Amino acid sequence: MLRTLDTLEKGETGLVKSVAGEGRIRRRLFDMGVTPGAIIYLRKKAPLGDPVEITIRGYELSLRKEEAKMVTVEVAE
Amino acid sequence: MKNFALIGNPNSGKTTLFNSLTGSTAHVGNWPGVTVEKKEGVYKKLQEQVNIVDLPGIYSLSPYTPEEVVSRDYILNEKPDCVINIVDATNLERNLYLTTQVLEIDVPVVVALNMSDVVRKNGDKLDTKMLSEKLGVPVVEISALKSENLDELMKEAFKASNNKRQGKSVIEDKDLSHLIKDVEIAFKGKGVENPLFHAVKLVELDEIETKMHEDLLPMVEEFKKTFKNETFGSDFEAVVADARYNYISKNYASAYQANKNDAENDSPRKITKSDKIDKVLTHRIWAIPLFIVIMFFIFHFTFSEDLFFMGAMGLSIEPTNGFNAFLIRTFTGDLSTPTSELEALGGIPSLGVWLQSWMGTLTGSIMDGVSSLFALGGDAVLESWYASLVVDGLLNGLDAVLSFIPQILLLFLFIAILEDSGYMARVAFILDRAFRKFGLSGKAFIPMLTGFGCSVPAIMATRTLEDEKEKNRTIRLMTCFSCGAKAPIWTMLAAVGVLAGFNGGLFVFIIYLAGISMAIVYALFMKLLSKDQYVSPFIMELPAYHMPQARNVLALLWEKLKHYVIKAATIIAASLLVIWFLSNFRWAFWQGLCDIHDSMLADIGRVLGYFFWPLGFSQNQQYGWMYSVATVTGLVAKEDVVATLASLFGMAEGASEAEVGSQLIGISAAGVWSFAFYNLFTFPCFAAISAAHGEQSRKQFWITMAWWFVMSYVAALVIYWVGTLYSVAWWGGLLVTLALVGVVVSAGIVVANRTKRLAQAN
Repeated sequence: MLRTLDTLEKGETGLVKSVAGEGRIRRRLFDMGVTPGAIIYLRKKAPLGDPVEITIRGYELSLRKEEAKMVTVEVAE
Repeated sequence: MKNFALIGNPNSGKTTLFNSLTGSTAHVGNWPGVTVEKKEGVYKKLQEQVNIVDLPGIYSLSPYTPEEVVSRDYILNEKPDCVINIVDATNLERNLYLTTQVLEIDVPVVVALNMSDVVRKNGDKLDTKMLSEKLGVPVVEISALKSENLDELMKEAFKASNNKRQGKSVIEDKDLSHLIKDVEIAFKGKGVENPLFHAVKLVELDEIETKMHEDLLPMVEEFKKTFKNETFGSDFEAVVADARYNYISKNYASAYQANKNDAENDSPRKITKSDKIDKVLTHRIWAIPLFIVIMFFIFHFTFSEDLFFMGAMGLSIEPTNGFNAFLIRTFTGDLSTPTSELEALGGIPSLGVWLQSWMGTLTGSIMDGVSSLFALGGDAVLESWYASLVVDGLLNGLDAVLSFIPQILLLFLFIAILEDSGYMARVAFILDRAFRKFGLSGKAFIPMLTGFGCSVPAIMATRTLEDEKEKNRTIRLMTCFSCGAKAPIWTMLAAVGVLAGFNGGLFVFIIYLAGISMAIVYALFMKLLSKDQYVSPFIMELPAYHMPQARNVLALLWEKLKHYVIKAATIIAASLLVIWFLSNFRWAFWQGLCDIHDSMLADIGRVLGYFFWPLGFSQNQQYGWMYSVATVTGLVAKEDVVATLASLFGMAEGASEAEVGSQLIGISAAGVWSFAFYNLFTFPCFAAISAAHGEQSRKQFWITMAWWFVMSYVAALVIYWVGTLYSVAWWGGLLVTLALVGVVVSAGIVVANRTKRLAQAN
């Protein structure tokens, strides 16, 4: 099922399908390894619910839900 | 001398490697025109000395952050003899992404595979030889932390620097590499250096590249028409990034052999020691309370005069008997401190306060020494202008500035430990949500909290903020957080307040609270006033926790110390001299020293009196100008506000703040509030101003100066006239207060709606 990254719950895993948006934020996501084909594991959410922490390409990355919204992932049912 | 450049991801051990290679030869500057740090040092163990330039830690050679642009320009324009690319072996995949970009430049490259000891400890293996073959450059396994194989690395780098190297792309996709080749040929035809690098970046439609080579764009667009990619269409930024990561995952898989016995090893669910620490520190419920406790202890150790509240709890050590007296004397560092003052102190001071008083004793005795040198020459010398210049002008002011060094260093020590351990990134992670509402990132918290201690380290700490705009905003908000040196002003004014008929105890509390409230209001207004509602992204690596490195922390403290002392010796000393000259001479300065009442500064104060007239505190015919002068001398050090008023009102030296306050005349209750607000929000001391000057671009610095001035003037203006209205008719004051609060709240709502609208529009 295709979902955006911000809707992932703690402990879910997804496969990156596409990255929307443009300019510097999108580029930053690419540079940090959020490219189609990468596997994302949602580790946790911050105490106030935002930002979220993911594991990608073997390291931990934090991003806001706003940015996570741009990333579409495929989640196994 | 050969130049080697060090490049790598943040948290890859670059700083540790740089410190090990260069030792004490390192020095820090800024890249011309930008506030990005430039570190250089010398490596001496080769047959000839080599200059090492530490480029900023970056993830990519994109054109979007100043760090990336600086690194890119350095390699392309300064042409180092070799680039040492430090790569974290425990995180090969993402680290090699930068490597693939560096390899496209025509420069000798050596890859330093850092933390190879950790990899071995985990039972994993690295196929260095294979990696070297694939990348086409030497790869050396090192451990920056344990200084393993560093000489080997430098030998390889030196060898590599003797040969030219052609840029090489890892992009394997046939159509794409064909397209890049064509553009590269066009660049070659134009005689551009590093044709491959420029070609790839132009194909990506990189901001800088498209501006520099506009003439080639139509050709690139023409080439692109023939290109088809199923997944991305003609989105070349995505295509290229994807190609790089594809290449890496393909080759990385075989270069890194995980321990076969440990099946869980590769799973993202693997629990490491770092994860266990993280579970506690970023816990859903405990994260914020824990953070508050940690902050409390740091500030307590640095600024508290009553450690663990032992004095307040009645646990003070009796200062009169034997060992305890010794202890207290040692702790306060001041052997001449009278017993009564020690009793007033209550318990034991914190480390910071103790160190500060030692420093004060040290600078104090230097001053005493110098004055007694002058005294040797008799009264004529002691009262001469040059003795006054050195003692009253220079040493007095420098004493105030330098005595803060221990506390600043201690605070930086704590901050450096938090930063180096990886906790700071989590603080930003925890607080970001709350701070974003005010247009700031979670990372702005540390500088702001530091501001309650001293604005100087606070402004210097804004360096950790990536976004230039957020950094500028945070610096501008800094005066709202009443620094330690402003505290005597509030004590003094509280005493005036008692005479003027309001509660002095509440006064100090209200000032602190008003500062914080105004910071929130200001932040909202800055957000409202800013042209675009762009919020910088918060896409940040959360590095694994590790023990802070003593060497890195010490190197950082040494840097800060040097920076601070140099500032004190230059810009601050110069400002002190100007104030001294103005306050000790008439306009006819050749007539010699004069009383401060007759000085140029007094006249300036009288002129400033007109300027401050709307603020109320300078309206009295006879005394008003004294308050204006005090605001000016406050620039030297905020404690000087009290000292100046004491001397202007003819009080003996050493009068306490309360004594000074009780003798101030010629100011109304509303004037006291206005004076307080003006001093709270206006320019900080010279030391802090020069720190802001160092952190901001020239234009932004002057905007900051204007901001500080306008905001303090407006705040004092409003408080004076509303306060005056209160004293005439309380209901009138209340009405205006409610109206003002209404305006501020509706402005806040406007901001909120605008942000929401923009968010929806996207």
